[in-house]
Amino acid sequence: MATLMTERKRSALTRGRLPRYTPYVIAAAAIVIAAALMSLIGFNVFGWAVLSAVLFAAGNVISAAVVEGRRKATDKFATSLVVGAFLIALLPLVSVIWTVLVNGVPGLLNPGFLSSSMNGVTGAVDNASVKDGTPVMGGVYHALVGSVLITLWATIISVPVGLLTAIYLVEYSADNKFSKVITFLVDVMTGIPSIVAGLFAAAFFAMILGPGTKTGFVAAVALSVLMIPVVVRSSEEMLKIVPNELREAAYALGVRKWRTIVKVVIPTAISGIASGVTLAIARVIGETAPLLVTAGFASSINMNVFAGWMSSLPTFIYTQIMTPTSPSNADPSTQRAWAAALLLIILVMLLNLGARLVASLFAPKTGR
Amino acid sequence: MSTTKLVPKAGAGQAAKGRIGDKVFSGAALTAGALIVAVLFAVALFLIVQALPTFGAAPADITGGEGFFSYIFPIVIGTLIAATIALLIATPIGVAVALFISHYAPRKLAKGLGYVVDLLAAIPSVVYGAWGASFLASSLKGPYAWLAENAGWIPIFAGPASGTGKTILTAGIVLAVMVLPIIASLTREIFLQAPMLHQEAALALGATRWEMIRMAVLPFARGGIISAVMLGLGRALGETMAVALVLSSGPLIASLIRSGNQTIAAEIALDFPEAFGLRMHELIAAGLVLFFITLLVNMVARWIINRHKEFSGAN
Amino acid sequence: MSKRIDVSDLNVYYGDFRAVEDVNITIEAKSVTAFIGPSGCGKSTFLRTLNRMHEVIPGARVEGKVLLDGDNLYADGVDPVTVRSQIGMVFQRPNPFPTMSIRDNVLAGVKLNSRRMPKSDAEALVEKSLRGANLWNEVKDRLEKPGSGLSGGQQQRLCIARAIAVSPEVILMDEPCSALDPISTLAIEDLINELKDEYTVVIVTHNMQQAARVSDKTAFFNIAGTGKPGKLIEFAETATIFNNPSQKSTEDYVSGRFG
Repeated sequence: MATLMTERKRSALTRGRLPRYTPYVIAAAAIVIAAALMSLIGFNVFGWAVLSAVLFAAGNVISAAVVEGRRKATDKFATSLVVGAFLIALLPLVSVIWTVLVNGVPGLLNPGFLSSSMNGVTGAVDNASVKDGTPVMGGVYHALVGSVLITLWATIISVPVGLLTAIYLVEYSADNKFSKVITFLVDVMTGIPSIVAGLFAAAFFAMILGPGTKTGFVAAVALSVLMIPVVVRSSEEMLKIVPNELREAAYALGVRKWRTIVKVVIPTAISGIASGVTLAIARVIGETAPLLVTAGFASSINMNVFAGWMSSLPTFIYTQIMTPTSPSNADPSTQRAWAAALLLIILVMLLNLGARLVASLFAPKTGR
Repeated sequence: MSTTKLVPKAGAGQAAKGRIGDKVFSGAALTAGALIVAVLFAVALFLIVQALPTFGAAPADITGGEGFFSYIFPIVIGTLIAATIALLIATPIGVAVALFISHYAPRKLAKGLGYVVDLLAAIPSVVYGAWGASFLASSLKGPYAWLAENAGWIPIFAGPASGTGKTILTAGIVLAVMVLPIIASLTREIFLQAPMLHQEAALALGATRWEMIRMAVLPFARGGIISAVMLGLGRALGETMAVALVLSSGPLIASLIRSGNQTIAAEIALDFPEAFGLRMHELIAAGLVLFFITLLVNMVARWIINRHKEFSGAN
Repeated sequence: MSKRIDVSDLNVYYGDFRAVEDVNITIEAKSVTAFIGPSGCGKSTFLRTLNRMHEVIPGARVEGKVLLDGDNLYADGVDPVTVRSQIGMVFQRPNPFPTMSIRDNVLAGVKLNSRRMPKSDAEALVEKSLRGANLWNEVKDRLEKPGSGLSGGQQQRLCIARAIAVSPEVILMDEPCSALDPISTLAIEDLINELKDEYTVVIVTHNMQQAARVSDKTAFFNIAGTGKPGKLIEFAETATIFNNPSQKSTEDYVSGRFG
């Protein structure tokens, strides 16, 4: 083997490159300069951080432009923009979660918040609890019950319709005209504003049962309009990835098509379908607008979705903020609203995590 | 999968039963599909029927007293203003966030970040609304006052600034925060699908990361980005709670930092619970208008997606 | 316009797994070197470490030195971008940019470095590169057409034209003919023979006849078993490797008795 060439000390490959410690130097300089500038115009930590970041990015880009050339500078500029945009995006999102946590935790920990309704909680009660400094009365039990029942009924309506439609599209339609129409309309439905779905259900039941019909079931129908396309979409995707070999294997054994679907295709795809349904539930349980126009507002527990107004977590939050129970002392209502918001977020997150869990639990078992 | 027990015996009765099962099942599937078509037509039909009285009513009876067009026009414009603000903010940031997750973040971090973005898209709108109304509006009071003082000669920043911060600009920002995760997660999917083959080709030519993205990622993703933005627009147009809670509404005005303006969705949410008679029909008619606007936007988005699919089919 | 490559004690890892072990090799300037060996022996992985393209693969990292005329590619502060503009690469599957015309594909790398190039210079470079890739006569009338409209073999030669347009020192080829038909393969092999007058060429191939036809020297890589790292077994003149190898496993492999 030929003798190896020895490594050159001053590499041609690093010529015209900034030394590796450059970013650290620039970062230190940016922080110091930013602190100095901030002390001139009034110091605050947030402004300091922002100014430091901007100076750091500018320093990086300029030093690259001077030493390493236009291409490197452009690359660093793009990197600064992308990373900067990401940090900017984090701000409101962190702020939302922080606000909800800070404002929501006290109310949620309030004894009785989960187990009592707003029945009998009037402005006078709130005024008294503010005056005497006693714990805030009232809770979300009725709203929680309403949310669960309405979502349950929406699921009962949406899952069979959505799943059967997906089955039709994947297994029966053979891509005919009608299936194209359905696919198109499902896309259209995905884009229906939630308030319009609420209006539809309200208008529909107003024509059948007379104007002003507001029950939990009307709300469930409104949510179904939003939920069905999500279920169709996710189930369709899942059924499509079931390999055709499985179907053919079943047909070759003389199994009827519907038995093949029920016993072979759906079990194979069940994990994806179940997690899709869970995600759909997570989406509609937070819907507010359609409930406002279909279920009305209630302060007491109503277990019957077919009669009477019904409260739900999102509308509870909305009404507590917009029309505080005691107009002169809004604090108890605000506290209840944030606590309900925190509860709602926790529910949605649990459903999302549940969807992941379901997907891995029901995943088809491999031989190993 | 145990299939042995599925095999029917060759008995005639069994076979007939199976055939009926097939018919029932395919019938049910077809019915479900037809039901979706029926529901959508029903949505349109009921909205139209319930909206009709509005168009037959005397102009003086309509809210505002000058007929339906004068009533709907300002809130359509308000809806468009809020959605435009939202998209102007959310599009560049959302695409950058997607790019950060797909091409800049360390790989181990990227998966977690993608998950976080998906979770943020799942936060209920009423929570964003509550945040906008309580935290964001009050923290924007100062900047608005500053804008009114220093940039007041621009019509959109004309003073006096709102004392509560509950303006259409605040509502637009809240909408931006809400559609940002949607745009980010859709475009991230597209960026991740950009063919490695071409990205490697660019790198092997000595392209920097940004040059590689410009050569091999963005051209591939253009259609996907546009459709993601359109879907975000659809969401922003129809979003109710963020605006209903955040905006203290009023007549149409050019200034974005004063109380005023209103969107269709918020108008319905605020007034429908107490509406009856003609007012109810009016709001349903407004809902119909919103429905058609979002329908149009979504159809354009789908059209772009499909066209893009055909275009990239060869790859 | 070509440089030699000296590799010393190079190890490649995927996470904790050592994929290539202790490679020492010297690749002379203006020569064609072929890497042969069974699938999974690490020859493609090793090739990628010669212009740091392995960094695209998640978890891949390198220990050791790769010297390009004495400059270590892995020294502190070396930018992979600089490395890759001197050491070009042609991939297994032809990958012209689908959104660019044939002309823009050839100029893709050049345009990165000089934003404005006189039109006549650009035309001259396009012609020179395409002629260098034996493609000029076939495409000179349709330079504005998309590169993806060409046949597989033409696309691969377009990729070679794109690689030589930036005038690199070294061209790496990762099984450039494996997706091509025999006639296109022949065209590429002829081209490789011409390229060595100006460039250092390193080619990974599965096809032993191809290695015998095009290369001056051949390196045989082998793997002891699954889960074991790939190793450079023997490196010598191509004629020696194929006719008189010093290692038993090389002889087994080149005579088709591999197993």
